[in-house]
Amino acid sequence: MSAHPASTSSSASRALGVLSLGGLALLLGYALVWSPADVVQGDAVRIMYVHVPTAIVAFAACGITSLASAMWLRKRSEGWWVLGGAAAEVGLVFTGLCLVTGSIWGRPTWGTYWDWDPRITSTTLLFVLLVGYLALRQVDNERGDAAQRGMRGAVVGLLLVPNVAIVHYSVDWWRSLHQPATITRLDPTIEGTMLFTLVLGIAVFSVVYVWLLLHRFRVGWLEERAGDRGIDQALIDRRAEAGVGSGGSQ
Amino acid sequence: MSVVASALAMTHAGYVAAGWVIPLVVLGAYAVRTVRRGRSLANRVPPEDRRWS
Repeated sequence: MSAHPASTSSSASRALGVLSLGGLALLLGYALVWSPADVVQGDAVRIMYVHVPTAIVAFAACGITSLASAMWLRKRSEGWWVLGGAAAEVGLVFTGLCLVTGSIWGRPTWGTYWDWDPRITSTTLLFVLLVGYLALRQVDNERGDAAQRGMRGAVVGLLLVPNVAIVHYSVDWWRSLHQPATITRLDPTIEGTMLFTLVLGIAVFSVVYVWLLLHRFRVGWLEERAGDRGIDQALIDRRAEAGVGSGGSQ
Repeated sequence: MSVVASALAMTHAGYVAAGWVIPLVVLGAYAVRTVRRGRSLANRVPPEDRRWS
Protein backbone atom coordinates (compact mmCIF):
# COMPACT_ATOMS: atom_id res chain seq x y z
CA MET A 1 0.00 0.00 0.00
CA SER A 2 1.24 3.49 -0.87
CA ALA A 3 2.55 5.61 2.03
CA HIS A 4 0.69 8.62 0.58
CA PRO A 5 -2.48 7.32 -1.09
CA ALA A 6 -4.06 9.47 -3.82
CA SER A 7 -7.30 9.67 -1.83
CA THR A 8 -8.59 10.68 1.60
CA SER A 9 -8.50 7.07 2.75
CA SER A 10 -6.27 5.58 5.47
CA SER A 11 -6.23 2.45 7.59
CA ALA A 12 -8.16 4.32 10.32
CA SER A 13 -10.84 5.55 7.90
CA ARG A 14 -11.18 2.08 6.37
CA ALA A 15 -11.67 0.55 9.84
CA LEU A 16 -14.28 3.21 10.65
CA GLY A 17 -15.99 2.56 7.30
CA VAL A 18 -16.26 -1.19 7.97
CA LEU A 19 -17.52 -0.44 11.50
CA SER A 20 -20.11 1.99 10.09
CA LEU A 21 -21.48 -0.49 7.56
CA GLY A 22 -21.56 -3.35 10.06
CA GLY A 23 -23.17 -1.11 12.66
CA LEU A 24 -25.81 0.14 10.22
CA ALA A 25 -26.70 -3.45 9.24
CA LEU A 26 -27.08 -4.40 12.93
CA LEU A 27 -29.07 -1.24 13.64
CA LEU A 28 -31.46 -1.94 10.75
CA GLY A 29 -32.07 -5.41 12.20
CA TYR A 30 -32.87 -4.03 15.64
CA ALA A 31 -34.77 -0.95 14.47
CA LEU A 32 -36.99 -2.64 11.88
CA VAL A 33 -37.28 -6.25 13.05
CA TRP A 34 -36.19 -7.17 16.56
CA SER A 35 -37.43 -4.17 18.57
CA PRO A 36 -41.11 -4.16 19.45
CA ALA A 37 -43.74 -1.74 18.15
CA ASP A 38 -44.87 0.95 20.59
CA VAL A 39 -48.20 0.50 22.37
CA VAL A 40 -49.35 4.01 21.42
CA GLN A 41 -47.40 4.88 18.24
CA GLY A 42 -47.32 1.41 16.66
CA ASP A 43 -44.46 0.88 14.21
CA ALA A 44 -44.00 4.62 13.64
CA VAL A 45 -41.74 4.51 16.71
CA ARG A 46 -39.09 2.84 14.50
CA ILE A 47 -38.39 6.26 12.96
CA MET A 48 -37.15 7.34 16.40
CA TYR A 49 -34.07 5.10 15.96
CA VAL A 50 -32.87 7.28 13.08
CA HIS A 51 -34.36 10.66 14.11
CA VAL A 52 -32.90 10.91 17.62
CA PRO A 53 -29.37 9.77 16.60
CA THR A 54 -29.25 12.26 13.70
CA ALA A 55 -30.33 15.02 16.10
CA ILE A 56 -27.68 14.13 18.70
CA VAL A 57 -24.95 13.86 16.05
CA ALA A 58 -26.03 17.23 14.58
CA PHE A 59 -25.72 18.84 18.03
CA ALA A 60 -22.29 17.25 18.54
CA ALA A 61 -21.22 18.58 15.12
CA CYS A 62 -22.25 22.08 16.20
CA GLY A 63 -20.17 21.64 19.37
CA ILE A 64 -17.12 20.64 17.31
CA THR A 65 -17.65 23.60 14.98
CA SER A 66 -17.86 26.03 17.92
CA LEU A 67 -14.76 24.49 19.51
CA ALA A 68 -12.85 24.72 16.22
CA SER A 69 -13.99 28.35 15.82
CA ALA A 70 -12.79 29.23 19.32
CA MET A 71 -9.47 27.49 18.74
CA TRP A 72 -9.04 29.25 15.39
CA LEU A 73 -9.62 32.62 17.08
CA ARG A 74 -6.93 31.72 19.61
CA LYS A 75 -4.32 30.01 17.43
CA ARG A 76 -5.19 31.06 13.84
CA SER A 77 -4.00 27.66 12.63
CA GLU A 78 -5.15 26.10 9.39
CA GLY A 79 -6.10 22.79 11.01
CA TRP A 80 -8.78 24.39 13.20
CA TRP A 81 -10.09 26.38 10.24
CA VAL A 82 -10.46 23.23 8.12
CA LEU A 83 -11.97 21.26 11.03
CA GLY A 84 -14.61 23.95 11.61
CA GLY A 85 -15.73 23.83 7.98
CA ALA A 86 -15.70 20.03 7.82
CA ALA A 87 -17.65 19.60 11.09
CA ALA A 88 -20.23 22.19 10.01
CA GLU A 89 -20.79 20.73 6.55
CA VAL A 90 -21.32 17.17 7.84
CA GLY A 91 -23.38 18.66 10.69
CA LEU A 92 -25.57 20.45 8.16
CA VAL A 93 -26.34 17.12 6.48
CA PHE A 94 -27.31 15.58 9.84
CA THR A 95 -29.38 18.62 10.88
CA GLY A 96 -31.26 18.43 7.58
CA LEU A 97 -31.87 14.71 8.09
CA CYS A 98 -33.06 15.38 11.64
CA LEU A 99 -35.64 17.86 10.31
CA VAL A 100 -36.76 15.53 7.50
CA THR A 101 -37.08 12.41 9.67
CA GLY A 102 -38.82 14.44 12.37
CA SER A 103 -41.29 15.70 9.81
CA ILE A 104 -41.96 12.17 8.54
CA TRP A 105 -42.40 10.92 12.12
CA GLY A 106 -44.66 13.86 12.93
CA ARG A 107 -47.28 12.97 10.32
CA PRO A 108 -48.45 9.65 11.86
CA THR A 109 -47.92 10.76 15.50
CA TRP A 110 -49.03 14.43 15.51
CA GLY A 111 -51.13 14.41 12.35
CA THR A 112 -48.95 17.00 10.62
CA TYR A 113 -45.62 17.13 8.80
CA TRP A 114 -44.74 20.56 10.13
CA ASP A 115 -45.59 22.88 12.99
CA TRP A 116 -43.87 26.07 14.18
CA ASP A 117 -43.22 24.33 17.47
CA PRO A 118 -40.32 25.74 19.60
CA ARG A 119 -38.04 22.75 19.05
CA ILE A 120 -38.69 22.47 15.31
CA THR A 121 -38.32 26.23 14.88
CA SER A 122 -35.06 26.39 16.86
CA THR A 123 -33.69 23.37 14.95
CA THR A 124 -34.58 25.12 11.68
CA LEU A 125 -32.72 28.19 12.97
CA LEU A 126 -29.73 25.95 13.69
CA PHE A 127 -29.89 24.68 10.09
CA VAL A 128 -29.97 28.26 8.77
CA LEU A 129 -27.09 29.23 11.08
CA LEU A 130 -24.97 26.36 9.71
CA VAL A 131 -25.76 27.45 6.13
CA GLY A 132 -24.79 31.03 7.09
CA TYR A 133 -21.55 29.87 8.73
CA LEU A 134 -20.54 27.88 5.63
CA ALA A 135 -21.53 30.76 3.33
CA LEU A 136 -19.55 33.33 5.36
CA ARG A 137 -16.44 31.16 5.05
CA GLN A 138 -16.72 31.48 1.27
CA VAL A 139 -17.42 35.22 1.07
CA ASP A 140 -14.44 37.45 0.39
CA ASN A 141 -14.55 41.10 1.37
CA GLU A 142 -13.45 43.77 -1.10
CA ARG A 143 -9.83 43.64 0.12
CA GLY A 144 -9.69 39.83 0.08
CA ASP A 145 -8.77 39.90 3.77
CA ALA A 146 -8.69 36.21 4.82
CA ALA A 147 -8.31 37.09 8.52
CA GLN A 148 -11.50 39.17 8.50
CA ARG A 149 -13.36 36.44 6.62
CA GLY A 150 -12.12 33.91 9.17
CA MET A 151 -13.16 36.19 12.04
CA ARG A 152 -16.73 36.57 10.73
CA GLY A 153 -17.04 32.82 10.19
CA ALA A 154 -15.62 32.02 13.63
CA VAL A 155 -18.04 34.41 15.39
CA VAL A 156 -21.02 32.70 13.73
CA GLY A 157 -19.44 29.34 14.59
CA LEU A 158 -19.40 30.35 18.26
CA LEU A 159 -23.15 31.05 18.14
CA LEU A 160 -23.93 27.41 17.33
CA VAL A 161 -23.52 26.03 20.86
CA PRO A 162 -25.90 28.54 22.53
CA ASN A 163 -28.43 27.70 19.83
CA VAL A 164 -28.04 23.97 20.53
CA ALA A 165 -28.80 24.72 24.20
CA ILE A 166 -31.94 26.61 23.11
CA VAL A 167 -33.00 23.63 20.94
CA HIS A 168 -32.43 21.21 23.82
CA TYR A 169 -34.26 23.22 26.49
CA SER A 170 -36.98 24.58 24.19
CA VAL A 171 -39.34 21.77 25.19
CA ASP A 172 -38.96 22.73 28.87
CA TRP A 173 -39.02 26.51 28.43
CA TRP A 174 -42.05 26.81 26.10
CA ARG A 175 -45.29 24.94 25.44
CA SER A 176 -44.31 22.39 22.83
CA LEU A 177 -45.85 19.70 20.67
CA HIS A 178 -42.51 17.89 20.81
CA GLN A 179 -41.97 15.32 23.54
CA PRO A 180 -39.50 16.16 26.35
CA ALA A 181 -36.14 14.40 26.82
CA THR A 182 -36.39 10.61 26.48
CA ILE A 183 -33.00 9.24 27.53
CA THR A 184 -30.92 12.16 28.80
CA ARG A 185 -32.66 12.21 32.16
CA LEU A 186 -31.83 9.85 35.02
CA ASP A 187 -35.04 7.87 34.60
CA PRO A 188 -35.41 7.16 30.85
CA THR A 189 -38.97 6.90 29.53
CA ILE A 190 -38.09 3.83 27.42
CA GLU A 191 -36.42 0.58 28.41
CA GLY A 192 -35.36 -2.90 27.28
CA THR A 193 -34.81 -3.56 23.56
CA MET A 194 -36.16 -0.12 22.62
CA LEU A 195 -33.60 1.65 24.83
CA PHE A 196 -30.82 -0.62 23.56
CA THR A 197 -31.77 0.06 19.91
CA LEU A 198 -31.82 3.80 20.51
CA VAL A 199 -28.39 3.76 22.20
CA LEU A 200 -27.08 1.52 19.39
CA GLY A 201 -28.42 4.02 16.85
CA ILE A 202 -26.64 6.91 18.59
CA ALA A 203 -23.37 4.91 18.65
CA VAL A 204 -23.63 3.83 14.99
CA PHE A 205 -24.51 7.28 13.64
CA SER A 206 -21.68 8.75 15.73
CA VAL A 207 -19.22 6.37 14.01
CA VAL A 208 -20.70 7.31 10.61
CA TYR A 209 -20.23 10.98 11.53
CA VAL A 210 -16.60 10.48 12.55
CA TRP A 211 -15.93 8.59 9.29
CA LEU A 212 -17.50 11.38 7.23
CA LEU A 213 -15.72 14.06 9.28
CA LEU A 214 -12.35 12.38 8.74
CA HIS A 215 -12.82 12.29 4.96
CA ARG A 216 -14.30 15.81 4.82
CA PHE A 217 -11.45 17.19 6.92
CA ARG A 218 -8.93 15.68 4.50
CA VAL A 219 -10.87 17.08 1.54
CA GLY A 220 -10.70 20.53 3.18
CA TRP A 221 -6.99 20.12 3.83
CA LEU A 222 -6.39 19.15 0.18
CA GLU A 223 -8.50 22.11 -0.98
CA GLU A 224 -6.25 24.47 0.99
CA ARG A 225 -3.11 22.82 -0.45
CA ALA A 226 -4.50 22.87 -3.99
CA GLY A 227 -5.47 26.54 -3.52
CA ASP A 228 -1.94 27.41 -2.34
CA ARG A 229 -0.45 25.58 -5.33
CA GLY A 230 -2.83 27.45 -7.63
CA ILE A 231 -1.67 30.81 -6.22
CA ASP A 232 1.99 29.75 -6.42
CA GLN A 233 1.54 28.67 -10.03
CA ALA A 234 -0.26 31.92 -10.90
CA LEU A 235 2.65 33.93 -9.39
CA ILE A 236 5.18 31.89 -11.37
CA ASP A 237 3.16 32.41 -14.56
CA ARG A 238 2.83 36.16 -13.84
CA ARG A 239 6.59 36.54 -13.22
CA ALA A 240 7.36 34.56 -16.36
CA GLU A 241 5.03 36.82 -18.35
CA ALA A 242 6.61 39.93 -16.81
CA GLY A 243 10.08 38.54 -17.60
CA VAL A 244 9.11 37.89 -21.19
CA GLY A 245 7.50 41.33 -21.42
CA SER A 246 10.55 43.18 -20.06
CA GLY A 247 12.85 41.08 -22.27
CA GLY A 248 10.79 41.96 -25.31
CA SER A 249 10.92 45.70 -24.62
CA GLN A 250 14.71 45.86 -24.49
CA MET B 1 -39.81 -14.77 4.95
CA SER B 2 -40.82 -13.81 8.49
CA VAL B 3 -38.98 -10.51 8.00
CA VAL B 4 -41.06 -9.78 4.88
CA ALA B 5 -44.23 -10.83 6.67
CA SER B 6 -43.46 -8.59 9.65
CA ALA B 7 -42.68 -5.69 7.30
CA LEU B 8 -46.01 -6.14 5.54
CA ALA B 9 -47.82 -6.28 8.89
CA MET B 10 -46.28 -2.99 10.05
CA THR B 11 -48.48 -0.02 10.84
CA HIS B 12 -47.32 3.20 9.11
CA ALA B 13 -45.03 1.12 6.86
CA GLY B 14 -44.70 3.91 4.27
CA TYR B 15 -43.58 6.46 6.89
CA VAL B 16 -41.13 3.99 8.44
CA ALA B 17 -39.68 3.16 4.99
CA ALA B 18 -39.35 6.85 4.05
CA GLY B 19 -37.88 7.67 7.47
CA TRP B 20 -35.08 5.15 6.91
CA VAL B 21 -34.53 5.19 3.14
CA ILE B 22 -34.13 8.98 2.84
CA PRO B 23 -31.33 9.31 5.49
CA LEU B 24 -29.46 6.24 4.21
CA VAL B 25 -29.61 7.42 0.58
CA VAL B 26 -28.58 10.99 1.51
CA LEU B 27 -25.69 9.83 3.71
CA GLY B 28 -24.56 7.34 1.05
CA ALA B 29 -24.65 9.97 -1.70
CA TYR B 30 -22.79 12.51 0.49
CA ALA B 31 -20.15 9.89 1.39
CA VAL B 32 -19.59 8.98 -2.28
CA ARG B 33 -19.35 12.66 -3.26
CA THR B 34 -16.86 13.41 -0.46
CA VAL B 35 -14.63 10.42 -1.28
CA ARG B 36 -14.66 11.25 -5.02
CA ARG B 37 -13.84 14.89 -4.32
CA GLY B 38 -10.93 13.72 -2.14
CA ARG B 39 -9.58 11.48 -4.91
CA SER B 40 -9.80 14.27 -7.44
CA LEU B 41 -8.02 16.77 -5.13
CA ALA B 42 -5.41 14.22 -4.01
CA ASN B 43 -4.17 13.96 -7.59
CA ARG B 44 -3.57 17.74 -7.71
CA VAL B 45 -1.26 17.99 -4.69
CA PRO B 46 2.16 16.42 -4.08
CA PRO B 47 2.28 13.22 -1.98
CA GLU B 48 3.97 14.99 0.98
CA ASP B 49 0.80 17.09 1.45
CA ARG B 50 -1.24 13.92 2.01
CA ARG B 51 0.00 13.19 5.48
CA TRP B 52 -2.36 10.34 6.29
CA SER B 53 -1.39 6.78 5.42
